[in-house]
Amino acid sequence: MSLHFLKKITINISTMKKYSFYLAAILGSILLLTGCGNQNGKASSDGALASNNAEKVYVAPGEHDEFYAFMSGGYSGNVTVYGLPSGRMFKEIPVFSQFPTNGYGYSEETKPMLETSFGFIPADDSHHPDISQTNGELDGRWLFINGNNTPRIARIDLKTFETAEIIEVPNSAGNHSSSYITENSEYVVAGTRFSVPIPQRDMPIKDYKGNFKGALSFISVEPETGRMDIKFQLIMPGFNYDLSHPGRGKSHGWFFFTTYNTEEANSLLEVNASQNDKDFIAAVNWKKIEEYVENGGGTMVPANYTHNVYSDETHSATSTMKKEVLTVDPTKVPGAIFFMPTPKSPHGVDVSPSGDYIIGNGKLSADLTAFSFDKMIAAIEGEKFDGEAYGLPILKFEDVLGGTVKSGGLGPLHTEFDGEGNAYTTFFISSEVVKWKLGTWEVIDRKPTFYSVGHCMIPGGNSRKPFGKYLISLNKITKDRYLPTGPELEHSAQLYDISGDKMELIYDFPTHGEPHYAAAIPASILAPKSQKIYKLAENEHPFATKNVSEARIVREGNEVHVYMAMIRSHFTPDNIEGIKVGDKVYFHITNHEQDFDVPHGFMMIGQKNSGLLIMPGQTKTSVWEPKQEGVWPFYCTDFCSALHQEMQGYIRVSPANSKIDLSWSLGE
Amino acid sequence: MTLVIFFPFYPTYICSINKPINRLKMKIVLRNIVVVLSLMLVACGGKEEKKKEGFSVDRAKTLEKTTESPAVTNAVSASERVDLDNKGVGPIKSVTLSPEIDAEMAKKGEEVYSQMCMACHRVDKKFIGPAPTGILKRRSPEWVMNMILNPEVMVKEDPLAKELMAEFNGAPMANQGLTEEQARNVLEYFRTLD
Repeated sequence: MSLHFLKKITINISTMKKYSFYLAAILGSILLLTGCGNQNGKASSDGALASNNAEKVYVAPGEHDEFYAFMSGGYSGNVTVYGLPSGRMFKEIPVFSQFPTNGYGYSEETKPMLETSFGFIPADDSHHPDISQTNGELDGRWLFINGNNTPRIARIDLKTFETAEIIEVPNSAGNHSSSYITENSEYVVAGTRFSVPIPQRDMPIKDYKGNFKGALSFISVEPETGRMDIKFQLIMPGFNYDLSHPGRGKSHGWFFFTTYNTEEANSLLEVNASQNDKDFIAAVNWKKIEEYVENGGGTMVPANYTHNVYSDETHSATSTMKKEVLTVDPTKVPGAIFFMPTPKSPHGVDVSPSGDYIIGNGKLSADLTAFSFDKMIAAIEGEKFDGEAYGLPILKFEDVLGGTVKSGGLGPLHTEFDGEGNAYTTFFISSEVVKWKLGTWEVIDRKPTFYSVGHCMIPGGNSRKPFGKYLISLNKITKDRYLPTGPELEHSAQLYDISGDKMELIYDFPTHGEPHYAAAIPASILAPKSQKIYKLAENEHPFATKNVSEARIVREGNEVHVYMAMIRSHFTPDNIEGIKVGDKVYFHITNHEQDFDVPHGFMMIGQKNSGLLIMPGQTKTSVWEPKQEGVWPFYCTDFCSALHQEMQGYIRVSPANSKIDLSWSLGE
Repeated sequence: MTLVIFFPFYPTYICSINKPINRLKMKIVLRNIVVVLSLMLVACGGKEEKKKEGFSVDRAKTLEKTTESPAVTNAVSASERVDLDNKGVGPIKSVTLSPEIDAEMAKKGEEVYSQMCMACHRVDKKFIGPAPTGILKRRSPEWVMNMILNPEVMVKEDPLAKELMAEFNGAPMANQGLTEEQARNVLEYFRTLD
């Protein structure tokens, strides 16, 4: 943008006073554009490059994406599903939060999913999705994700893309170093960010140091069903356990957790937890502890935590309160836990595809620390310790150090891998992704992010077999990337093509809630087994109406059960009389469609919970408590056919003392 | 600026109190006035005039002749018509019926029918769709099975199925995902419904 050009415009139009507003606007825009220069990552300055990038992310109408990406929803408590490279959102999967869109957490069947030891909890903060693995490779059976606030781990079935199971994690608080899985999905691991009194009790906060503990929970995953069960909890010193990752390949059998606040401060952590030059990465030999507990080790302690399981056969969840948990004192299992000193409050800990290196991302540092697994084993075998913390040996930093990446960036958070020997680390403070080489530790490339990146994600980037090709940066600050939408903005994701030596930013797209981490998998693994309908013949819901001749209404005191069926485009029955003020009416509605993508919806006037969205072959239940006499309509909320608007019905509500008998009909 | 937004509605209200014959003329005249007024407003730089208040509106429904639906070409409705040669469009090219009805197959078919079909097809009365009773006197076995197995294509490509959909208020026949074996059993059950 030449100054000469600006001047010319100014002279030419300065006399035209009535255009002064436009002049101001044009000048303003020019100045803004000039101010941003080329630092905003927009490819508009290079038409050929832009169209090349457009081709890379363009998925033509009717065509499918190459990858599924699962993004945590952060404070939405849910998971969103996107296509890559298009950035198109396919679905929001309700997990820890009520979801009025389809009735999750509102319907009678799904309310038990949100039961906890604190009672019914309608929302959470979801963070780190991880896809199940076999032999260290993504197998696409389940997706695990942690609820951070009220500590829970959920398992999502990747056939139905529905939450199948949620287990609460006792003795935990701020369930953040979760939900990472071992390379054969033996365990999904959940570590506490906040240490707390274990067991919980009334005590002065200032007595934190030495008294609070941090629980690291190893939750076993049943190989066939995926069913979760807490195998044991390691009761660790009262640090903050921030993130974790499993060993893989040669380091399979180990698990690595970053810690911060090894100062054990209980106030103003911003200052007080940043005093030590080094915190720790805790290396946990879980195979050794597993052996210990299988030989009767550990202490069973009283606890209260829920285990909620959804069944595709009954279309219903059950919630069970569990009363005890097996705890392990780490000092009782010698040779199972070691601390590796790591500079500057490490955040992410990531393990290279081969399992050789454990990368510590010291978030207040400029450098990355890569520990060598071989050196760690040698140091342990040589018993070269640098002291101990609460009876747990500390390894010498120099003995276990594999290499240092002098990145030149600031605030490293997380590292992913491409399977070609390269690693990609995000830097929050300097807002960039840095590509570097494992082993030589040299920086190969760096690209800015917009803005303040948290995690990055490469499909399979934390497994033995990354798929490379794309990297997504999950950015914390959006600012000017999209049209403004008032003070609240969705977070921004950015897609980089990493197939060449240099990374190339090719696309931006907004994401829902606050995606912390994400996980992606080739569509070819998931799409073929994606379930299309629930078979009506296999519906075991106790209130199902599997045959329209069974549609009926049953009164039990003031509880009324409506056994209702729906198909394009009517309800059976659609006229109901004999309901009274003060009744509690349960609509048990079965969708009789058996065709892909023909859900029906249900809403009833004055319903105090959400409506329902019922999939083909599924039964769902909603409660309605009529408060007023009259004739009240209900209808289908999902446009289902040309006669969708006709899909409606009426309920006559009579006074509480009315003698009108229950009756129901359709087309009579 | 209020006037510009307001004016386009004005003529319609006026018109509705006029006889249909005058209406069109009136409309054109008024529209022209509106256009001229709007232009004037712009030219004047947006001088506002005060909105006229308190006029009455007669919202009587105008009586417009609706277009008639095309005359039915067949005197006999699609559901009553007999067409035993049409095999329909779909996977079923040929069905051989045994001389005797296979009771076991028919029983299985009845089970499937009552779960998957009865929401719309009552055995002996017209409901959302036609009744199956006597269906094999009017349709070929192949047509029946194709209608069950391939309804989306049938209502587009089979003229009879297309006409049936119109006769039944445009209600689409749902694909209930039956296997060929299940559809064959349903067909056997239909043989018992005379």
